[in-house]
Formats: sequence, C-alpha cells, structure tokens
Amino acid sequence: MEKNHKGFPVTHVIGFIMSLVLTFAALGVAIKTSLPFKTILWIIGSLAVVQAGLQLYMFMHMNEGEDGKSQVINVAYGFFIAVVTVAGSIWVMSFGM
Amino acid sequence: MSANVNTALPLEYQTEQNRMNILGFWIFLGAEIILFGTLFAVFSVLNARYAGGPTPKDLFEIKDVMVETILLLTSSFTCGLAIYEMRRGNRNGLLLWFIITLLLGAGFVFMEVTEFIHYVHEGATMQTSAFLSSFFVLLGTHGLHVSMGIGWATMVIIQIFQRGLTPVTARKTFIIGLYWHFLDVVWIFIFTFVYLARMVA
Repeated sequence: MEKNHKGFPVTHVIGFIMSLVLTFAALGVAIKTSLPFKTILWIIGSLAVVQAGLQLYMFMHMNEGEDGKSQVINVAYGFFIAVVTVAGSIWVMSFGM
Repeated sequence: MSANVNTALPLEYQTEQNRMNILGFWIFLGAEIILFGTLFAVFSVLNARYAGGPTPKDLFEIKDVMVETILLLTSSFTCGLAIYEMRRGNRNGLLLWFIITLLLGAGFVFMEVTEFIHYVHEGATMQTSAFLSSFFVLLGTHGLHVSMGIGWATMVIIQIFQRGLTPVTARKTFIIGLYWHFLDVVWIFIFTFVYLARMVA
C-alpha cells in the first residue's frame, strides 16, 4: 500500500490484459474445442478462479493494509464455504441417480 | 475520530475509523460470496431441468454475453484506474474514470435487461422451468447489485463534488471500488458456469 507518484498504472494494465486473455481463452476452450464436457468444465473453471484471484490482488489489493492478512483469510474462508455449498449440493442431489 | 491521523498512508487508510470500515467491508464481501455461493448451488442442481421449455442452447447468444462480459470487465479496470488517480491526489482524474466506470456499468445493465426481455418474448420466463427460475434469480441478484452500485456510486460522486478529496470521501470511494470489483468477480463465475458451461453441456 502506498501513495502513487508514478504516472502509469502498470499493474492495472497487466491485470486487465490478463483478464481479457483468460476470458477469451475460456471462450475458445468452450466453443472451439470438442473436448469432453467434464474436461472443458475443469479448464474453464480453473481459468475463472485464476481470473478472480487476479481481480482480488491486482485491482482490489486484497492483501494491503494492516488488516491485509485478515482480509485474505476472510475471503478464502468465504470462498471455501461457497465451494462446499455448491459441491455439496450437487453431490447430495445427484447421489444415487 | 480525527485522532491518530497517519498522513504517510493513502487518504482512505489515514484514520482508525477508515481502516475499520474497510476491514468491515471485506467481511461483508465474505458474506456476499456465500450469498452468491448458495445461488450458484441452486443453479448447479437445477440447470438441466427444462420442463419441456427452452434450453440454454436455444436461448443464449454468445455474442451478447461477450459484450456484457467485456463491458463489466472494462468497468472494473477503469474503476481501478479511478482509485489509482485518487491515490495520486488527482480529483479530476478520479471523477473522470469513476464516471466512465458507471457508464460502462449502465451499458451492462441495459444489455442484460434487453437480454431478459428477449428471453421472455421467446417464452422463457421465471415460471417456465426450474432451470429458468434458478437462472433468473442468480442473474437478477447480480444485476440488482450492479444497478444499486450505480445509484450508490452516484451519491459518492456528488459528495466528492461537494467536499473534495478528504479521508472520508476517499474511504467511501475506495469501498464502492471494492464493491464494484467484487461484482466483476461474481460475473466471471456466471460467465463461466452459467453461459459457457451450459452452452457446451
């Protein structure tokens, strides 16, 4: 965390370009390839997680400030609960089908 | 509140009150992650229950979805630039990028509303099938967040015009910035698991 003095927001531009690349990569994998559905889901899901991390670190500066560590733990915990909710729901509702 | 002002830090972190507000907003975002997590869970379970109604392949137009995605992604970028300018103490730069951010956000909401109207004309309403119920609840909750964010940010912009850049207005701007980036984070997952995944499924 610091006051900005230089005139060019390098990390923001890099974050933006990388987000665009990841978005179009996901589109390409989903639309242009004929991989099995499960494979596509894992690939585009991973790309989404990477892009979300990019936003959190390069745009939101999640780990800055005296409470940076608490912020990271809080978001990681929220994400963990969300994943458990989604995966658990899918598992329970499709069990035995 | 005016005690312990640390002028070595950026404006939004200078007072204890500001630091606590920013931490508190991160905790709120943790709760928002779980809110959207539950909606994604509902969609994941119901996303193939068409009840004889339209399927994602019938409805989704990848070109429109890409336009929405790029609009929101670019607005997240310009919002980052707004905060960057704020940390340089450049009020006009902050306002310029902030207003561009909101215009892009408004463009996104317009595209989404048009998309929903189009679906309803094709007979795909909330009542049609479990897939569409969960779709509209998830996307509608996100779209409502963006719309309310535009209203909220407009009020913050008015305060910046009235009071200039102070620790208080800087903190408010920083917090709405966090909120705005978060909405793009949610959209990444909607784009991936609702649009892309259901179009190839």
